[in-house]
Amino acid sequence: MSLDHATVRRIASLARIRVEDHEVEPLCHELNGILGWIEQLNEVDVSGIAPLTGAANMAAPLREDVVTDGGYPEKVLANAPERIGDFYVVPKVVE
Amino acid sequence: MASGGCDRTPVRLNEGPAVGSLERHRMAYTIEGSTGTWEVVVGLEVHAQVVSQAKLFSGAATAFGAEPNSQVSFVDAAFPGMLPVVNAECVTQAVRTGLGLNAQIHPVSRFDRKNYFYADLPSGYQISQFEHPIVGTGEIEVELADGSTKVIGITRLHLEQDAGKSIHDQHPTKTLIDLNRSGVALMEIVSEPDIRSPEEAGAYVRKLRSILRYLGTCDGNMEEGSMRADVNVSVRKHGEPYRTRCEVKNVNSIRFVMQAVEAEATRQVEVWESGGTVMQETRLFDSGRGITRSMRSKEDAHDYRYFPDPDLLPLVLDEDWIAALKASLPELPDAKRARFIQSYGLSPYDAAVLVAEKATAEFYETVATGRDAKIAANWITGDFFAAMNRLGRTIENPPVTAAALGGLLDLMADNTINGRIAKDVFEAMVETGKDAATIVDEKGLRQVTDAGAIDEAVNRILAANPDKVAEYRSGKDKLFGFFVGQTMKALAGKGNPALINETLKRLLAA
Repeated sequence: MSLDHATVRRIASLARIRVEDHEVEPLCHELNGILGWIEQLNEVDVSGIAPLTGAANMAAPLREDVVTDGGYPEKVLANAPERIGDFYVVPKVVE
Repeated sequence: MASGGCDRTPVRLNEGPAVGSLERHRMAYTIEGSTGTWEVVVGLEVHAQVVSQAKLFSGAATAFGAEPNSQVSFVDAAFPGMLPVVNAECVTQAVRTGLGLNAQIHPVSRFDRKNYFYADLPSGYQISQFEHPIVGTGEIEVELADGSTKVIGITRLHLEQDAGKSIHDQHPTKTLIDLNRSGVALMEIVSEPDIRSPEEAGAYVRKLRSILRYLGTCDGNMEEGSMRADVNVSVRKHGEPYRTRCEVKNVNSIRFVMQAVEAEATRQVEVWESGGTVMQETRLFDSGRGITRSMRSKEDAHDYRYFPDPDLLPLVLDEDWIAALKASLPELPDAKRARFIQSYGLSPYDAAVLVAEKATAEFYETVATGRDAKIAANWITGDFFAAMNRLGRTIENPPVTAAALGGLLDLMADNTINGRIAKDVFEAMVETGKDAATIVDEKGLRQVTDAGAIDEAVNRILAANPDKVAEYRSGKDKLFGFFVGQTMKALAGKGNPALINETLKRLLAA
């Protein structure tokens, strides 16, 4: 598997990362290197083994339905680039 | 606009068998285009907010209408390093809902990340269940206006987080974000593409909402956004495989769901018939203009890049626990309707009306218990609903309580008042809030059951109308009603109808 320039630009756009034209070729090269390394894993025979999606083979612990958190808008908004009252403010998003 | 002057108004066919054996006796909903008849195919994704105190993965509160960003934890605001922990009650609610939809419960399910960029989604992904949902296939039965029923398949139900709320109309160039809703648990309930008309779409959402409310797993309040529907619509000629569908997002009332189906299907017929191709896309329903319009132009909007959330372990459910939940489910609308028909002798229609809302069913049973169940049903679906709608009241805040309405029926049952007077007493109860017995006493509405008084009144009427008496006796039977009316009038409406009839028959025969 190898990525072309268009795919690299698309991945960058989906991740909202700005990539300049001169960066595309080196990025493409680096990503293909990583993918090539990962593809070696495909050589391992995993037939009959259930996929493992987490590091621990155990069930998710559950929490009781009790309100134990929240009530601190000042802390939540502490890093907001802009605010009006207790709202975050972002450039207008229109559908 | 429509080309070629063809009629694109949806019509009901008056001839020929409808598609599918289940629907054989029902007239199919179709759209008549210039190239022929089109069938509408609809599947719905309903997002139902789970009733819980805290959010799906954090301990912040879920209450509606709180001050902005006051019910937000660092998990909900996606601060670095914060880890989600599953709320057990949300899992319980999802399983109870699945059981209420006669669906398979999956003992092992998993959470995935659905990646997309939006200002009210601080983490850049929604935690959802993609490959392994908690609930699998099920079904619900919907009732249609012509008295028939139809089974709509449920594909799946999965748990996911809600996003925050964007407010676009408070500033000319800015959008305000409130994360109170961010992280609240949703159940996404996906139907099979079994729906074939706006009516069926409406009936499906109505029935689903009724089941959720009975279960207490979602309040079903579409105005506050606790239930919203994405409507998937395609059209096809009879016998064809499915054509490309479009998704109409975030429709927030049952009426709009029905309108969106019709508007979108009509648009697609026009596209196909004018030589175009329907493109798979997300659209919005503009309720003001009654049309759908394209929402997202970027083709990568649907590239969600799902992958298992590494912060969350698989959700594993104990079979005994599932069985215990199943055993403790409340009586659901279908079962209640069947019981109302059987034990109260109600018509299927009246039973369906009375069980649609749990609170209405409880109100009815309070009134009907120990009384004539059919009379109770007639009063509730008649005068009571009329007063409730006229005054803009609800069953939770009724114009007359169940106990008070029962009191009125008792006065009719023991012949204290007659049915005509009861209607006046009912209106007085609505107006004054007093109970029936008090109003009857205050206004002197007690029924005249004294045979002497009724004899006297009847004799007076007969004496005053000798010509009519002669006509009646010569065979004009219809005049009987005239005499009843006159006698009742003479008794100020308070006469016992049975006694009046009896007395008139006796004295007219004389």
